Parts: sequence; C-alpha cells; structure tokens
Amino acid sequence: MKSGKLWSWIIFGLGAGYFLLPLLATFEFSLRIRREGYTFDAYASVFSDGRFQASFSYSLIVGVCAIIVGLLIVVPAAYYVRLRAPHLRPIIEFITLLPLIIPAIILVFGYIRMYNTSSPLPLLGTNLGTDILLTLAYVALALPYMYRAVDTGLRTIDVQTLTEAANILGANQATIIAQVIFPNIIVAVLSGAFLTLAIVIGEFTIASLLNRQVFGVYMQNVGANRAFEPAALAVISFVITWGAMGMIQLLARFAPKTARRD
Amino acid sequence: MAEEFLRIEKLVKTFGGNPVVKGVDLGFNKGEFVTLLGPSGCGKTTILRMIAGFERPDSGRIVVEGSDISGLAPNRRKIGMVFQAYALFPNMNVADNIGFGLKIAGMPKPERDDRVEDMLKLIGLSGYGKRYPFELSGGQQQRVALARALAPSPRMLLLDEPLSALDAKIRVSLREQIREIQRELGITTVFVTHDQEEALSISDRIVVLNAGNVEQFGKPFDIYNRPATKFVATFVGTLNTLNATVTDAASRTVRLGDATFAIPALPTSASNGDAVALTMRPEAVSLANGVARDIVLEGKVAEVAFLGSVIRLKVDLGGNTISLDTFNDQRTPPPAHGTPVRLGIASSDVLVLGD
Amino acid sequence: MTNVSSVADPSAGPVSTGPAVRVGGNPFRFISRLRLGDIIAIAPFIIFALLFLLIPTLGLVVGAFQDGSGNFTLQNIIDLGTPQILASFWISIRVSAASAILGAGIGLVIALAIIRGRLPQAIRSTVMTFSGVASNFAGIPLAFAFLATLGRLGLVTVLLKFVGFDLYKSGFNLLSFWGLTITYLYFQIPLMILIIAPAIDGLKKEWGEAAATLGATNGQFWRYIGLPVLWPNLLGTLSLLFANAFGAIATAYALTGSSLNIVPILLYAQIRGDVLHNPGLGAALALGMIVITAFANIIYLVIRTRAERWLK
Repeated sequence: MKSGKLWSWIIFGLGAGYFLLPLLATFEFSLRIRREGYTFDAYASVFSDGRFQASFSYSLIVGVCAIIVGLLIVVPAAYYVRLRAPHLRPIIEFITLLPLIIPAIILVFGYIRMYNTSSPLPLLGTNLGTDILLTLAYVALALPYMYRAVDTGLRTIDVQTLTEAANILGANQATIIAQVIFPNIIVAVLSGAFLTLAIVIGEFTIASLLNRQVFGVYMQNVGANRAFEPAALAVISFVITWGAMGMIQLLARFAPKTARRD
Repeated sequence: MAEEFLRIEKLVKTFGGNPVVKGVDLGFNKGEFVTLLGPSGCGKTTILRMIAGFERPDSGRIVVEGSDISGLAPNRRKIGMVFQAYALFPNMNVADNIGFGLKIAGMPKPERDDRVEDMLKLIGLSGYGKRYPFELSGGQQQRVALARALAPSPRMLLLDEPLSALDAKIRVSLREQIREIQRELGITTVFVTHDQEEALSISDRIVVLNAGNVEQFGKPFDIYNRPATKFVATFVGTLNTLNATVTDAASRTVRLGDATFAIPALPTSASNGDAVALTMRPEAVSLANGVARDIVLEGKVAEVAFLGSVIRLKVDLGGNTISLDTFNDQRTPPPAHGTPVRLGIASSDVLVLGD
Repeated sequence: MTNVSSVADPSAGPVSTGPAVRVGGNPFRFISRLRLGDIIAIAPFIIFALLFLLIPTLGLVVGAFQDGSGNFTLQNIIDLGTPQILASFWISIRVSAASAILGAGIGLVIALAIIRGRLPQAIRSTVMTFSGVASNFAGIPLAFAFLATLGRLGLVTVLLKFVGFDLYKSGFNLLSFWGLTITYLYFQIPLMILIIAPAIDGLKKEWGEAAATLGATNGQFWRYIGLPVLWPNLLGTLSLLFANAFGAIATAYALTGSSLNIVPILLYAQIRGDVLHNPGLGAALALGMIVITAFANIIYLVIRTRAERWLK
C-alpha cells in the first residue's frame, strides 16, 4: 500500500517534469535575446510588430464569427435531436466526430477543389468569400467540441419538461429555444466557445493553404526568420490557451445546480 | 473463549480523529449466523471491513481459529464477501464470475466448471452461466455474487447490507434463501444491516451497535424481549414509554394516572417520589375486555391503523399515549376513534430501562 | 381527409381513400411527420455537414480515381507506389503509432496514479486542468517550445552539455522520428488523461475488493478486470490519438520546415505548389490518409463491438 503511493508520486513527478520543462525552457529562451542578460525585449519586439497585431485581431474576429455561426448550427440541431428525434442521435453524433477523424489538411484540400474560381460556388474567387470559407472551416474544426458542450448542457437540464412547461404557457418553438433553453445552457455554450477559441487562435494548416494572414501563419513566419521571438510567441500562446481553459473552469462554477441526474 | 471461531479483541478504529469503533470485544462460534445491527455510523460496516482486511484496526486483534489475521492482506484471508451493490465483474459472464476465485486459486478448468455448475444449482440459477451481469435482475445478480463468494469454500462469509438495494418482496425471499444456504453449508457468517426486522428474522445471534460500542449481544428473542439498554429497546421494535411516579419503593409500587400497581422490574435503588419510565412492547398490551391482567388502565382510542393481520391502536391515557397491537378478527371490527377502552398489561412484561 | 390524400397523390385512385398519413413500412416515414420548426432546426446542420464535411471529402475520393480530363483511372493509386511517397506513409504511420501507443500508455499510467494512487485531490484537479490546456497546446507554438528545450540551443541541450553530455553527438535530433514523437507526446498524453479519467472513475471500488476477497492480487485484478473493463475505452482513445497525430502538420512543419518527409507535409507541399506534378496524385495521397485513419477507427469499432457483449 505504502509503496503504491510512493510509485504514484514518482509517476506524477516524472510527468510533471516532462510537461513543465519545455515551458520553463521556452520562457528562459525567450529572455535570452540580449547577450548581457535576461530581458523582456523579445516580447516588446513581438507586441510592437504591426503584423502581430493585425494577424492576432484577424484570428480573433474569425474565431468569434466561427463561434457564432457554429452555435446557430449546433444548438437547434442538438435540441431537436434530444427532444424530437433521438433515433437520429447516432448519425448526428457520427457526423460531429468526423472532424476528429478527417485531418484538417484533407478538409482544406477538398475545399480548394470544391470552391475554386471555376466551381458553381466560387468562394475562393473573392477575399470576402475566402474569409467566409475560413470561418466555416473553423466551424467544422470546432464541431465535435461545440456539439458535445451543447449536448452536455442540454442533458443536465430537463429539456423535455422545460419545453412542455413552456408549451403549456403558450410559447412557440423559437421562443422556447431563445428564452427557455438557451439561458439554461449558456454556461455549456460558453465553455464550447472558449474551447473553440483556443483551437482556432493558433490554427495554421487551413489558413495557410487559404492564404489568410492569421496568427498561426504569422507565428510560422517569425519562426522561420527569428531566433528568440518564437519562444516569446510560444509563451504568449500558452498563456492564451491557459486563459481560455481557465475561463471554462471558472464558468463551470456557474453551471445550473438544479441539474437532474440521468 | 478458546473454542470460538472468530474472536474480536479490543478493536479500535478512528477516521480522521473521529472514533468509529471504540474497543469492541466479540466472539462468534463456528457455523453461527451473526448480525451486526445498528444505525448508520454505528461502526458495523467498519468492523466488517476490518474483518475482511480493507481497513486496518488502530489497535486490537482479529483472531480466526486461533490465529491473528489483523496483519494479513485481504486476498490471503480466505474470507468470502458479498457487497451491497453486487459488484459483479461486468466483463465476465455469470460462470466466469463464480469461477474467478477458483481460477485465481489455480483449480483446473474441468474441476472448476463442475464446481460452478454446483454453485449455480445451489442458488437456483442453473442455465444462467453464459449470461452477463447486465442481463440479470438485482436479485439474480446478488445470488450470483453469493455464489461467487462461496465458490472457493471460504472459512467465513461476510455480507455487507446485501439486501438493501433490492425490492421489498425480493428482499424477503432472498434473505430466506441466504439463510437456507448458510445452514446447508454450515458456514460462519457475519451479516451487516440497519434493518432490525431483517436482523431478527435471519440471525442466530445479533450484535446491536451504537456509536462504536456494543450495546447488546444475544439471541433475537432476548434482544427483542429483554433489551439491555434503552437504545436497544427503541432501535429494535416499537416500544411504549409511560411516565409514572414511585409511590412505595419497598413494595415496588408506582402510580400512573389514577392507577396504582407493583412493577417487579423496578430497581431497588428507586426511592419514593422518583419519576420512572415504564416501557413495554405494543403486543404486551391487550384490550382488557375478557382478558385478566394485573395492571388495568383506562383510556380513549386516539388512532386506529389497520395493518392487515394486525391492528395497531393508539390509546390516550390522559397524559400518556400507549400503542398496542391486536390481531385482526373477521367478526369484530376494531374500536372506533374516541371509544373508551380498558387495557390489560402483565406487570412482568413491564421493563424499567436505564440509559 | 380523403380530399387531402387524393390531392397529394392523384394517381393512387381508390387505394388513396385510406388514412392520409398511412405510409406503412416506409423507412422515411419520419419525414412525413416533420414539422416546419423541425426542418428549420436540423436543416442548417445537415447542409453544413454536406457542404463542408462530406462532399469535399468525397470529392477527393472521387478525384483520386480521375485523370486530368475526368475519366476513371487507377493510375493515381498506382503512382502512390514511388519510394518517396511510400517512405512518407511509413514514417507517418510510425510516428503516429509510436506517439499514440506511448501517449496512451503513459497517459493511462499517469491517470491511474492520480486517480487510484491516493494522491491529494488538489493534484488531481491541477493535472486535469493542465491536461485541458496542454492537449490544446499544439501546432506552431509547441514546435517553438521544443526547439527552445531540445533544439541545438535549447535549455536541456545546453544544460546536458554543461554536465558533459552532448545530446546531438549521441545521435539525437529533434528533427527526427524520435524528436517528433517526443514532441507529439506533449499533446497526446494529456488528451489520453482527459479521455480515460472518467472511465477509470467508472471502475468501482467494490470490484477491487471483491477480487481481493477471492484471493486476487492487485496485478491479477488489473489483468482480469481493470484493464478488460477499460479496454474499449483504451482502444477508442488509441485510434483517436493515432488520427490526431497522423493528420497533424503544423508542429512538424514549424519544427522541420519541409525537411521531414511525412505524408501531411508532402500533401501540404503538393497543394501549395503541385510538387508531385500531378493534381490527381494529390487526391490519391489524401485518399491514402483517409483510408489509414478510417482503418484505425474500423479496428476500434470491430473490437468495441466484440466488447459490447458485456457493455450495457
């Protein structure tokens, strides 16, 4: 028994070492830009770079758009499947898991062939069209997480009873979703949103092949041309990811407490 | 003491500074069915888990057949156990579950299959060997769990509230079946429950526990009829408590309302004018019409509960309320609310309990 | 009633005088019951799935069997047999399999240690939160982090040199099979921990106790009960980790540029500049990737179905 606990600590220690060392090393590396000693100059150089600001805000805008579009697609579908068509559930769940199985590079390759300038829907012919395609591609990437978050939210409230109660009070379907269901799953929805943001903000493959100057592509450029700024960017990225995950943790405390147990 | 099969000596267990078992001494005979009975938190499950080896006693000894097993790992104690939540292995079918202990012990497969077949017959589930646990009802699962515990022929069987998760009807039939199998195999069994009816019906002897101490250890008949403490009397069965005053300590006479009578059980330490609580079982009180008893009390029917074969009446004695049971009689309807009645009690059935 | 049904189906004649909605065993019966609200609810999802998941992927599959003028051909598939492409598939499969198996194994051990090893609750919640972060910390910045750690000027490399051990002279290279695998483990292990933790929580304490009273050692418990119960979950996660690594490109690209010859990087280069000088061959490459990830998932589904005998 005692030795079991000792082993647990050893395993934990080794794991912690593997996971913390790169973070420590990256941070240390990012401070080495000057020969005379540790400075934050690499960070200053990154933050003052116009392309950093431009690419980061572009990524943020595309991310927020993807979240909004994703919610408009996912919330009604998840609600409908839970309430009216549970027999469709396996099919819908399979579809939502596809982006985990189909690599992003396959998706974007498919898009490039399908939406090129000579296709019936030439999204790639214009800048705006390409922005829209990138947004929709990010919706696809986020689909598994978004759907699961919303579905979990719906499971913890009693959708059926809430809907019936609202129906008796005379509400129509749109009102029910907007005023009864949505406020109750807002925490789950926001969790999905922050997860989406964490995934999208550093995305490289799709944006790069669609020639969009997103944060991920900017980072790759810096990586190819600079020595110490990439480490600073990695630290910044880590902090952003941590922030998004921290928001999810924080939100979990506000989840509806009246949850029914299934 | 020496011939006792299982002996528990000065057992103490504390969880996070909270004493749960406070120096328990018990001795069980071979082949005996003993129940540990008490409210939740009384330490009964902790004692059972210490016998099984899942909890280590802070101090004290657990001796089986003369050897101290307190330091032995659970898997070396040769003790079978049945859990409240069945705990069947979900990845194995019924036969593999029952045969698991035999497989671990290294019994060859043909022999093992025979033994599993015998066990299935014993629990009345022949032909269920290929089923998986999720395909069985709760009662069936618990029978399989019993067979699994018994298959390796353990020297002792521990049952941790095995009936609590089941429906009332199955609970009764399964407890009869458990008792039957236990008698057939003659295996020493320790059964934990908080249900006094279950304990009274199934046990050779009962240990009543409260707050980590043994309140009483005895046969069901004695526990029920001669409770050693007020806790035992109130926890096991229903008990009437009537507040009386001692009028003549020398002749053990007390006064209750307008009635005066002698109580043989009145302690000699009582003195005149003392308030004293008289206790008796509801079935010790009878409607006095036609029955001669040495104590006769008068009152009015306050409540009538028809329970089927038994009718429980509550009678207002003016200040005291008393419950009594009478058998259902098809020809005589129970007295109506408010009817004046005379009650008869045998003074020898009245107990005076200290704390 | 009768009017409606004859309007709906004028050719049906006398037969249509039955109940209007009686469609018998038609599997699409539910369509006739759809209300407008239902269609509005589900349609965007279906249209999106078709336009941005299914059709683009199927388009590639079809494209793999077409020549430049759209005729059917197997030539693209045959052309995959060049040494360069075969080598890229081989190294991709090796890196994905190694990082999936190691990630699943190490992740399982860590998850068991923090959940069943009676470590303080605070450690468990910290590890779970960190896993959420680290499993999403992939792509370009992860490559930067490992360059700063195990690259030629990385902290660990420098420190090891300081104590007299030259990592790179000993044969290690971050831009190699093992370098990439170690880097991938940084998101594979946490992903495993996140997915397997609920399954480990599902192992009931009583199973271990029951096994112990039946004479089983801790090792026997894991061999006969613990691991078999976790098995479907383990395999599912393994195939997910494999797909996760197989499609990953950003980390490898930022680490190695296009010097490491893995399939997604080859495909990336092909899409950017038709390096294979044959658009059909790009589609065939994509088809190969789809087939391999699908294969990993089919193995999982088959084994899971077999385990389903006892799954509720």
